[in-house]
Amino acid sequence: MSKKDDDLDYETTGHEWDGIKEYNKPLPRWWLWTFYATIVWGVLYTIAYPAWPGIKEATPGILGFSTRAQVAEEIAAFEEANAGINTQLASVELTEIAQDAELNQYAQNAGAAVFRTWCAQCHGSGAAGAKGYPNLLDDDWLWGGDIEAIHTTIVHGIRNEEDPDARWSQMPAFGEMLAEDEINQVVNYVMSLSGEPQDASQVAAGETVFLDNCAACHMDDGTGDRWQGAPNLTDAIWLYGGDFETVKETVTYSRFGVMPPWTDRLSEAEIRAVATYVHGLGGGEAAVE
Amino acid sequence: MGILDKHKVLETNATLLLVCSFLVVTIGGLVQIVPLFYLENTIEEVEGMRPYTPLELAGRDVYIREGCYVCHSQMIRPMRDEVERYGHYSLAAESMYDHPFQWGSKRTGPDLARVGGRYSDDWHVDHLRNPQSVVPESVMPKYGYLEATLLEGEHIGDLMATNAFVGVPYTSEMIEAAQQDFRAQADPDSDFDGLIERYGEKVNVRNFDGQPGVSEADALIAYLQMLGTLVDFSTFTPDASR
Repeated sequence: MSKKDDDLDYETTGHEWDGIKEYNKPLPRWWLWTFYATIVWGVLYTIAYPAWPGIKEATPGILGFSTRAQVAEEIAAFEEANAGINTQLASVELTEIAQDAELNQYAQNAGAAVFRTWCAQCHGSGAAGAKGYPNLLDDDWLWGGDIEAIHTTIVHGIRNEEDPDARWSQMPAFGEMLAEDEINQVVNYVMSLSGEPQDASQVAAGETVFLDNCAACHMDDGTGDRWQGAPNLTDAIWLYGGDFETVKETVTYSRFGVMPPWTDRLSEAEIRAVATYVHGLGGGEAAVE
Repeated sequence: MGILDKHKVLETNATLLLVCSFLVVTIGGLVQIVPLFYLENTIEEVEGMRPYTPLELAGRDVYIREGCYVCHSQMIRPMRDEVERYGHYSLAAESMYDHPFQWGSKRTGPDLARVGGRYSDDWHVDHLRNPQSVVPESVMPKYGYLEATLLEGEHIGDLMATNAFVGVPYTSEMIEAAQQDFRAQADPDSDFDGLIERYGEKVNVRNFDGQPGVSEADALIAYLQMLGTLVDFSTFTPDASR
């Protein structure tokens, strides 16, 4: 026989269901004291940190903590740590960055980080570009590949509305100006320049169309003009694609690639860092005197 | 045991227990929520906020319909890594005309709170058609069909009126001109002076998807290109003590 409840010393809660009673045993001491400690901690916390709402504002807390101040401090600390080298980077001649080993290494690494954050979405995380977004690894440049030209492109961007100094040029949509026969001829001629497969019977006629309509920007020999961002058509490197249909689409409707300006989003040091990084990817050209 | 003995009264009376539980939860809720409506640091005013244009509002509806918020947040937290990556941390006032807000809770894709102006319109078109064509690592689905659905904007005035009902300061003039402004923003050859007059100089007026007509892609890209650009942080510095 088990003992009856009445035989025990413990109090019960006084509840009784079908003859079953509930003990009212004390909580374990360690648990109870931990519980009290959390209450004390909670009160202290609301004194130390912003907590209780008042009429206009909440109590600020005696530690003066603020999320905004904290992030500002953290950013300021990193900026201060890099202030010396960033000032140097932002003030030296662009062409001298590569001469200074320490500065160059900093710019390459900082530039790689900037590139992954701000540039990779269009130019690819490996800088190989995509259709309509230039490959930065090769030595073909639309607007120039020396460090000064790359820097200018990043600062002002291309064909954007935000920056009045953005690089600008616009190829006409020749679909409105040439007959389809003429477009077919000139596309075949353009493809012959870089040795893409073409309809040889149309090339001669295409050359005439080219010289009349295209040579002003792409030059008589099709090598392009960087002042106007006119691509070199002889190098078999294509921004939108070099097959007949794509080149025909380009000639018919033209293209209008846009790059944003970066002055508002990046500091001068960051822009120079990423310019150095892009210049160092493989296709960077020596500065033209 | 005094008051603790009164427990029995609650524990043996379901209705009373329900009423008292409700009271406790109500008080707790009010203490947490009510101060947010009047404390100065939660209703900070910022310069530059304006109601969304009709086209942007339509784009926002596309954004919500497609569930963009499921993978993209619009909330840059005040932490250094986020500020470095996305730009200035988000301010509460920047969502003041969002009904409902699009802060989101998960980032499979990047935060979009300041995506405006970061990429070209062409990029957005390419990226919506086939995200992997520009970002091979992306897991985002394709949204090319947005270009195929043309919008007339015949209901956009009603949507603006509804937003006005919940506090967005659309004027009756804005609501009357809704459809006209809706078309004008996606057509740079149109007469968009009224749109600029009503919504400000900074409104982007472009053929966002590069194709005739106003498509859902036009609306969505107009919305994305505006995100995070309304407050000019070169002239506005939020109070650092908040």
